[in-house]
Amino acid sequence: MTGKTLYDKLWDSHLVKQRDDGTALIYIDRQLIHEVTSPQAFEGLRLAGRRPWRAEANFATPDHNIPTTREERQQGLEGIRDPISRIQVTTLDDNCREFGIFELDMNDERQGIVHVVGPEQGATLPGMTIVCGDSHTSTHGALGALAHGIGTSEVEHVMATQCLLQTKMKNMLIRVDGRLNPGVTAKDIVLAIIGEIGTAGGTGYTIEFGGEAIRSLSIEGRMTVCNMAIEAGARAGLIAVDETTLHYIKGRPFAPKGDMWEKAAAAWRSLVSDSDAHFDRVVVIDAADIIPQVTWGTSPEMVAPITGEVPDPDKEDNPTRRENMRQALKYMGLKPGTRITDIKLDCIFIGSCTNSRIEDLRAAAAVVKGRKVAANVEMALVVPGSGLVKKQAEAEGLDKIFIEAGLEWREPGCSMCLAMNADQLGAGKHCASTSNRNFEGRQGFGGRTHLVSPAMAAAAAIHGHFVDVRDILFTADRPA
Amino acid sequence: MRKFTMQSGLVMPLDRANVDTDFIIPKQFLKSIKRSGFGPNLFDEHRYLDKGEPGRDNSSRPLNPDFVMNKPRYKGASVLLARENFGCGSSREHAPWALDDYGFRVIIAPSYADIFFNNCFKNGILPIVVDKKIFDQLFLEVDAAEGYSLTVDLERQVIVKPDGSTIAFEVDSFRKYCLLHGLDDIGITLQDADAIKAFEARWKASAPWYFGAQA
Repeated sequence: MTGKTLYDKLWDSHLVKQRDDGTALIYIDRQLIHEVTSPQAFEGLRLAGRRPWRAEANFATPDHNIPTTREERQQGLEGIRDPISRIQVTTLDDNCREFGIFELDMNDERQGIVHVVGPEQGATLPGMTIVCGDSHTSTHGALGALAHGIGTSEVEHVMATQCLLQTKMKNMLIRVDGRLNPGVTAKDIVLAIIGEIGTAGGTGYTIEFGGEAIRSLSIEGRMTVCNMAIEAGARAGLIAVDETTLHYIKGRPFAPKGDMWEKAAAAWRSLVSDSDAHFDRVVVIDAADIIPQVTWGTSPEMVAPITGEVPDPDKEDNPTRRENMRQALKYMGLKPGTRITDIKLDCIFIGSCTNSRIEDLRAAAAVVKGRKVAANVEMALVVPGSGLVKKQAEAEGLDKIFIEAGLEWREPGCSMCLAMNADQLGAGKHCASTSNRNFEGRQGFGGRTHLVSPAMAAAAAIHGHFVDVRDILFTADRPA
Repeated sequence: MRKFTMQSGLVMPLDRANVDTDFIIPKQFLKSIKRSGFGPNLFDEHRYLDKGEPGRDNSSRPLNPDFVMNKPRYKGASVLLARENFGCGSSREHAPWALDDYGFRVIIAPSYADIFFNNCFKNGILPIVVDKKIFDQLFLEVDAAEGYSLTVDLERQVIVKPDGSTIAFEVDSFRKYCLLHGLDDIGITLQDADAIKAFEARWKASAPWYFGAQA
């Protein structure tokens, strides 16, 4: 008998009931909740007279609508200027109170982006099944949990039954062999992967990321990779548990303690794919081939290395892709053959559930330290992923580095990743963004997004156009 | 949930691959705490020439004459013909809510993003996958004939073309059953409450660390 993949193990351990038609009931250990995709689910429960199956399995924090300036945040709920946004946030507070659900509300120091806060609090544990009404729930797979985004009907379903109706996905392994080049980050790995397999490449699969380059990443880096599994079409991304995982979790508020920790850690060490496990598809990438990446279009697969140029649709054979490229270039206001380093930036956004953790902020700060934001950059935001990330960054003096360089140091939230709050990219403006989606209008109506790593965004802030961050990090002109 | 048995309707082609959920319903409309009322903002950034905001009167906004939805021949369409990887991006169920609220009951495409595909079934919308060749032929036919309509018969799992010929399609048997009977999943799952409780008791005994007290 062949061995099991990590996904097989997680699936099997949570299988409540397999139906003859191929669907299955899967038990859910943790549901994360935010204000945007939950109100209709709570309303559904109320209308049906239902209560949560296990209220303590749920964990909520508002993030999408939350304002990020200190002035607004000091006013609490009143600081949310848009009344519709405010209602959504207070509705979450009311629902959590009514249904007995744990919430870190917007005034709590621990509040932040749900995918940053969950792991940070230890509410995300290896071996769990985790859902959230948010596609970037794939993030939590970095800790060896089976985690994926669901719709609002499913949010209600999980609240009411603690189960999700699922069909098992296929197994894909993406192995990144060898060591990363200096100055190349987790974000560059995942953008390169999406460039390789496309935004639908992972559809129908759970992707396990493995290989030396993945193993050598910190948990923050692994979260960046798994976060964007959905951008490759896969609902869930996974990384096997190792000592890095256990070290990250130990001592976190929701993590087991004492004897229970020892037992849990022993069980979690088995959360790896067996050496003889079968994968339906295997993609192998050489880490040495990856250099800093920049997206030029309106889909994350439209990506090029920093040394490259904007491609020419006329040279694309596939007619659908050719048309997509044309639409993208028109929207982005870019011409084929333009060097990536010649793309000028109006805005810089460092934040989002992809890249707003302490390591991301350190990487960005290391680049801007002692330098100034270029004159043509109109807005440069640094938005930490949680109140605790913010506190840590301030303890390390990163806030001062950013402010002295001319970037704005903001309060935690989703912010300009999807621009549901007041942080919006103007029409026609180009933004170097550490977020996850470069769709039309994503960061603001008519806004033009380029996805990059935190270090690359920081380098772009200083130069006002894209530059290879390695030229900054590894050359002698570094200011004292 | 509304039942889905048979749907006959005008077909609207959307000639674009990788249509994402921000394209289907932009984020500012996600601030609503309701499930309804998203129809006027379906495809908002392409359908109108200005920027839409929740609560605004959409009837006075300038329409984009080049967008397919604004062409008189597609007014009242209930079948959407879309290209590859339709519905990619976020998990927002507001996307199928907007399609449904506008009046689309059936989507026909070569492929979909997983979460969106799943969300459709929860809302009485039938997303049909058809082979690329058949799809391309349909696209040509719709474009060529004004008033082109299709009938979708879920019970028989066929699309009936205007000339009476049929295209067979696959659908998961459980999802088909739920659509045909208008059943909501929660009620069905709760019929297995005993199995869930038994699983939970076993799981709690073997992995108690997932059932610990909160911090």
